[in-house]
Amino acid sequence: MSASSEPTQPEPKDSTTEHGGGRATDDAQDVEALLRADNIVAGYVPEVNILNGCDLRLAEGELVGIIGPNGAGKSTLLKSLFGLIPVREGTVRLRGEEITGLQAHTLVSMGIGYVPQNNNVFPRLTVEENLQMGLYLRPKQFGERMEVVAGLFPRLGDRRKQRAGSMSGGERQMLAMGRALMMDPSVLLLDEPSAGLSPVLQDEVFIRCRQINTAGVSIVMVEQNARRCLQICHRGYVLDQGRNAYTGGGDDLLNDPKVIQLYLGTLAQTG
Amino acid sequence: MPTDTWVDGVTPEPGVAKPDPILVVDGVTRRFGGLKAVDVEHVEFQRGAITALIGPNGAGKTTFFNLLTGFDRPDAGTWTFDGRRMAGMAAHKVARIGMVRTFQLTKALSRLTVMENMKLGATKQKGESFARALLPPLWRKQERDIEERALDLLARFKLDNKRDDFAGTLSGGQRKLLEMARALMVQPDIVMLDEPMAGVNPALTQSLLGHVKDLRTQGMSVLFVEHDMDVVRDISDWVVVMAEGKIISEGTPDHIGQDRKVIDAYLGASHDAPTTAEEERQQLAAAEAALDAESDEREQLQQ
Repeated sequence: MSASSEPTQPEPKDSTTEHGGGRATDDAQDVEALLRADNIVAGYVPEVNILNGCDLRLAEGELVGIIGPNGAGKSTLLKSLFGLIPVREGTVRLRGEEITGLQAHTLVSMGIGYVPQNNNVFPRLTVEENLQMGLYLRPKQFGERMEVVAGLFPRLGDRRKQRAGSMSGGERQMLAMGRALMMDPSVLLLDEPSAGLSPVLQDEVFIRCRQINTAGVSIVMVEQNARRCLQICHRGYVLDQGRNAYTGGGDDLLNDPKVIQLYLGTLAQTG
Repeated sequence: MPTDTWVDGVTPEPGVAKPDPILVVDGVTRRFGGLKAVDVEHVEFQRGAITALIGPNGAGKTTFFNLLTGFDRPDAGTWTFDGRRMAGMAAHKVARIGMVRTFQLTKALSRLTVMENMKLGATKQKGESFARALLPPLWRKQERDIEERALDLLARFKLDNKRDDFAGTLSGGQRKLLEMARALMVQPDIVMLDEPMAGVNPALTQSLLGHVKDLRTQGMSVLFVEHDMDVVRDISDWVVVMAEGKIISEGTPDHIGQDRKVIDAYLGASHDAPTTAEEERQQLAAAEAALDAESDEREQLQQ
């Protein structure tokens, strides 16, 4: 894929809805997925499973959101896709090839990028050095990739020499995303990219995610801002207690009373 | 229940006055960089009631707790507890005058026994001064009283058979119980519980809920942060909803469940995704301007 350096025009809203809806229905037909996880069981403490059999499909070019209440296992699912926690049962496949249990650096070289929720930049290093760290496996391509990333995040290009530790939360989030894009990944995994940001900055993060996706990167994002996430996603997964609760097109889920109920517990039943 | 009577006379709207408030908060703000984590204009908490503080992740609930209990300092604002001005008071003093809290992640001292943890919770101990410490008769009686009180509380929380175990050997749920029991050692007027049920198994949840209701029966006011709406509905008289640092709604649990604003807050996004290229440009421009403003502010702070 080649990321265009021009900010991309968003598709008109209704075409997105169709697209999302279409994907949701043919999910059952088991389209050849770029990334797929089947029946994932994983956890941190021995004998305590956070995920109790989760499935996920990511088709080429798709933007998929994972939402759900606290403790549903959203971040854990992302970590298990990226080899950060041992997968106890189930498989993860990239283009049909099993990658379960492979280590993160191997996955990076295979084209998967991951942006953790916290501590996702090296505060003592400059913007440029942070971006170099993202490309340490292929340092020769730095100039070329830097141009692409600076096209998506002009701010990073303007502030190459600034130390990451002196940047604001919003800027750091962009730097972290930029670093993950340095390796020209085909899949990008984002863990709550909008967390802790003010509403205007959340706007920017979501718009950038969409632009990155339009530039050809398939994205799985975990989000606590469920509404906004589902608005930009082709498809969404709602997790609850380590299982897939609902799956569907972004807009369908957004208007599904069952999803609202899951977030608010029994409170919404009277609503 | 006495609580039902006052609730009827209160309009469910943010910042509404209560008939007999124990805690009144005015204009409290706390910034982290460019983010206003807490921005509470006015809120009152009714005496003798159980009030739930709910809201999505990052709404500022725990930060608000930290400010009120002296574990963090606000950038602006005042609040009174029982008519007493509290801003700037250190955490230990806040606890001493009757406002105690527990933490989301328990803070029991794991290398001390359960009983020792409890005794540490007691305030106004006479043996605390060096001279008095040398004269046991001055504090022996009090020591016995404290021990009795601790045993009584431990029995209530079904921890009495663990009294000599190290706190570090307790399960997560038992630590929650210990933390609540220890908070009660100071005989507080208001108890603030930060996610008391998180990580507690369902069987224990029921008994914890019973304990919280008991506190109200004994005349204490309870303010608690909770995500589990079943719990909120079960025990609270009043619910205050925070989102993005602000109080966005108040009311009885029934009222809150029907409030569209609350549902939206949980699902996120005060802003909607742009639908046209023009809207997208505007949102991006606003975000970039906010980032510029933030980095200017940062530079000024450094100078």
